[in-house]
Formats: sequence, structure tokens, C-alpha cells
Amino acid sequence: MIAFLFRRFDKTATGFITALALIAVLVPVFNLMVPETSAFHIPNYLVALWGKYLSYALLAVALDLVWGYCGILSLGHGAFFALGGYAMGMYLMRQIGARGVYADPVLPDFMVFLNWKELPYTWYFFDHFAYAALMVVLVPSLLALVFGWFAFRSRVTGVYLSIITQSLTYALLLAFFRNDMGFGGNNGLTDFKDIVGVSIQSPSTRAALFALSAVFLALGFLVARALVTSRFGQVLAAIRDAESRTRFLGYRVEHYKLLVFVVSAAMAGIAGALYVPQVGIINPSEFAPANSIEAVIWVAVGGRGTLVGAAIGAVLVNFAKTWLTGTLPEFWLYGLGALFILVTLFLPKGIVGALAARFGRRGEGDTA
Amino acid sequence: MNPDLTDSILYLDAVSVSFDGFRALNELSLVVGRGELRAIIGPNGAGKTTMMDVVTGKTRPDKGTVVFDGSTDLTAMDEAAIAALGIGRKFQKPTVFDGQTVEDNLLLALEGPRSAFSSLFGWRSRVAVDQVLDVLAIVRLGDLRAKRAGSLSHGQKQWLEIGMLLAQNPKLLLVDEPVAGMTDAETEETARLLTSIAGDHAVVVVEHDMSFVRALNCKVTCLHEGSVLAEGSIDLVSANDRVIDVYLGR
Repeated sequence: MIAFLFRRFDKTATGFITALALIAVLVPVFNLMVPETSAFHIPNYLVALWGKYLSYALLAVALDLVWGYCGILSLGHGAFFALGGYAMGMYLMRQIGARGVYADPVLPDFMVFLNWKELPYTWYFFDHFAYAALMVVLVPSLLALVFGWFAFRSRVTGVYLSIITQSLTYALLLAFFRNDMGFGGNNGLTDFKDIVGVSIQSPSTRAALFALSAVFLALGFLVARALVTSRFGQVLAAIRDAESRTRFLGYRVEHYKLLVFVVSAAMAGIAGALYVPQVGIINPSEFAPANSIEAVIWVAVGGRGTLVGAAIGAVLVNFAKTWLTGTLPEFWLYGLGALFILVTLFLPKGIVGALAARFGRRGEGDTA
Repeated sequence: MNPDLTDSILYLDAVSVSFDGFRALNELSLVVGRGELRAIIGPNGAGKTTMMDVVTGKTRPDKGTVVFDGSTDLTAMDEAAIAALGIGRKFQKPTVFDGQTVEDNLLLALEGPRSAFSSLFGWRSRVAVDQVLDVLAIVRLGDLRAKRAGSLSHGQKQWLEIGMLLAQNPKLLLVDEPVAGMTDAETEETARLLTSIAGDHAVVVVEHDMSFVRALNCKVTCLHEGSVLAEGSIDLVSANDRVIDVYLGR
């Protein structure tokens, strides 16, 4: 398994993994060990913010796996991210226990407010972390499996597939807005207290969550890389470049697409589960179609079909977003739109693709 | 039992296909023997490509019988299943995997397991690489082995696609306009190649280039408006008055 993950390693991959290992150690160290008065101290809010970027980066890697390598332009990956986030949020809600405003030992506040007497069955077992962790992976995977099975079997491709992935996330947005769905309606889930027995607000928990985000990003990257560098990855690229030719060679295209789509959805779910405890809230707006489109822009900016580029794009664009929404909030959406147009026109292979071409190496999407 | 059927690699009987009222195939009946080389000619819209679409599972016939290897009904199968039976296809417009190397294109086509899991955990065997080298030698792309397929010339892409067909090692090859855009020398070479393949494999070639068809030196079928107009040797078919009227011209 380990050999499978690390085969055909190149400089870019080694560099990326090393960088992630370094920040997973150094950021917590500079946050917890260095005194606040020191110039080298990393403040708590930055740890949480960067942790959020890393969970976005994992979502971007998941999206690049299906879009960059198999040509499936999913405009609904935010749905898998949000479902993973909700699974984590439900665990965190049940950890609040009697410390909620209404002090009900079992029911989360919003259920008491809605006058519910019993816990809905969808919330059973979510007080166990292991069960919640399983759901983080299972729920997005199952949705991807069912959705993908119908879509790929019916040979829905290209822009039509993109449109129905948008509808998927929009439908979930509307559903989760409803109070009677039992997931907190438009307020979503928030006011978390503990995670696996420790305070979610404490600096050490935040630092641990940050480190975990880096670790899962590295793992997600390794899995995605192992997939795309295997013979399986060659078939994916073949499907991306000439789908019907691949069929006539005897490959069951829909099986390949389904497998990679499910793996990607699971990865997006894990990203969502890492995101929620670091931002402290999950609500239906995470299902907004615009979020999924934004994720596509991260991948395009960083470099589609490079994996590393997707992660870098996610961090850079979100860094710019944080900065711009702080200084010129009304310009962010224009900035994002302009960025997408400029990248499409001048950097069609994204930042990493352009750098790879510049330094004489072919982008990873070209090699196989 | 119908001897035509049992001796055939491909047997089409009374096959009809309509698109929005246009009859692309009209009661088409065609029998290709095992190991036979067959040329199909006919004007545009005669149904040549539709015939290949029906055989390879891309298009479902409205009615009629399509039987492979004397016993397998193809009308209910999809492309992947039909390809797995041993039917390979070369498209009119050369379609190779542009992003991958010549060698990888051939490896993708090489006969062997096709399931997602086998490709995930399988390793390339030494044998596979040898087979690819054999094919590279036959289609004379050995020097371009590590080049990206997208950077090949049109003629080279045609050859690569023929090489992919060989790597697939099918019982029946359907070859749609293999010499379009080729130089005269390349055309001659292709005719020689296809003739040499026939025997081990049945080969059905659709082509407009009459000198190429003549070089194939095989039985010729002329299609017109979705059914067979004439069939026989090239001399017989090209002397047929109706063939001259609708296709060859006076």
C-alpha cells in the first residue's frame, strides 16, 4: 500500500509533501511554543484561517482528480464538501450536551426551539466520533455513487453533466434550508464546544486541527497521485481526451468515471469535515452553487491536471479573497471573475502548468 | 443451420436504421467470412459508417440481425462488450489519445484485462512491452515511441491508430478510410499492411480511393442508399452500370 502511494515520485511531489510536513510541524510550534510577544509568534486566528485554506486545498485536489484527469467538470463538488461538513457538525452538536441554551442533554438547541421531543433517527449514533467519521466519508461517497451511476450510465457528459451537478448542489441547498429536514435549517449547526473530549476553541486543538488538515491534504494528494500515475490514470486521461475511442477499445468508461468520482467525493467530504471545526459553523450556504464554481476557479488558477497546482490555487485565491474582502469587499466577485478570465486567456494551464513549461518540464497532465 | 451464418465472422441480415425519417440503412444484408479482406465503397450517405456504428454498438438497429462469429448477437451489446469480443475499429478521422505517448497509446489498446480494478493494481508486464515493440515495428513508429501522439502528423496518426487495432488483436477489424490524407507511398504501404493482416484477422475497409481498393485485391461491396448495390471482384463491381451511375461516374 505504501509502495503504491509513493510510486513514480517526482521532484514536485516530493517538494509538496515535504512542504506540507514542515508546515504541519512549524505552524503549531510557532503558535504554541513561541511567546506571544515574539515577532515569530503565529496568532491563533491565523492558524484557524490557514487550516481553512488547507481544507479548501483538499477539496481542490479532489476536484482536480475528476476534472483535470478525467474531464468531469463537476460544478457541484461543494455538495460533497458540505455533506462531510454536516456529518462533522452533527457530531459536534451532540458533544454540546446539556451546555446548550436550553440545556437539553440530548436534543440540540434548534430541535428544542422547534418543539421536537425526540432525536430524529438521522441523528442517532452521531455522538460517537467513529460513526461520524464514517459518515463523513460514506454519505458523500454514496451520493456520488448513486448520482454518478445514473449520470455516467446515461452518458451525460460535458456541459450537461456540469449543469446537473449544479442542480444537485442547489437541490441540497434548498433541502437543507428547510427546518423539517432536521439539520438546523438556515442557521445550520454552530456553537460547538468540544471535539473528541477537548475544547474546540483551545489553541492546542486549533493547532492540532491545522496539522491534521495538512496531513489529510498530503494523504489526499498521495492517493490522487497514485491513481493518476497508475494504468488506471492512463485510462482516465484516455477518457478525457477521446471518450468514445476508449469505449471502442473495450473499456467500460462509466465504471472508471464512477470509481474516480466516488473517491473524489469522499475526499471532498473529508475536506468539509476538517473545515467545519476550524470555522465553527456549517450552514446551507455551503451548498451554494457559487461555492462549487469558486472551487473550479481555484483549480484553473493553480493548474488543472497537476494536483499540486490545485492545492496552490486554492490557497492563493482564498488568501486573495481574505485580503480583498477585508479591504474592498464589494470588489471581490469582480476580482474573482476577472481572475478566471485572465487565467483562461493568459495562463490556460494555470500557475503550475506555466511554471512547468517555463522550466522545461512538461506539466504532469501531459505525461502519463 | 444457415451455412452463410455459421461460416461468417460478421453476418448482417435485413438491418435497417433510420434517423429522423432518413433511412441510413435499408434492409442491408452483408456476410464477411473469417479472415476475409473486404472493401466497402459507395457514395456519401450510402450507409458505410452507419454500418460500422451498428456493428460496434454505437447505434442500435431498428430491426434486423447482426451476428458476430456465427453465434453472438451484437444488437443487444454495448461498445465495450463488443470490443471485448474481438472487434476493433479505426475511425475515419484518426482518433488517438493526444496527451499520451505513442507507446502509451498502444499499451492502452493492447489486449488484456479492461476492468477498472485490474488497471488500478496491475503492472505492465515485460511481455506487454515486447508486444508493443512488435506493433511499433510493424507500423514503423519505433523512433517516435516516446513522442506525444498529439504531435504526430496526420499520416502517422493514421498508422498509430492502425497499430492500436493490431495491439487489440481483434478477430475483426473495421477500418474507416485509412488512407485519407496519406501520400501515395504511404497509401501503398497501408494496402500492403492490411493485405498482410487479413487471414489472421478479418478486415473490412471502407474507402473512396479506388486505386487503393484495387491494390487491396479483394472482394468489393458497393453500398447505395443503405443497401448493397453490387458485390464481387473490383473489375466486376466497377463494370456494373448502376455502380458507375451512382458512384464512379461515367
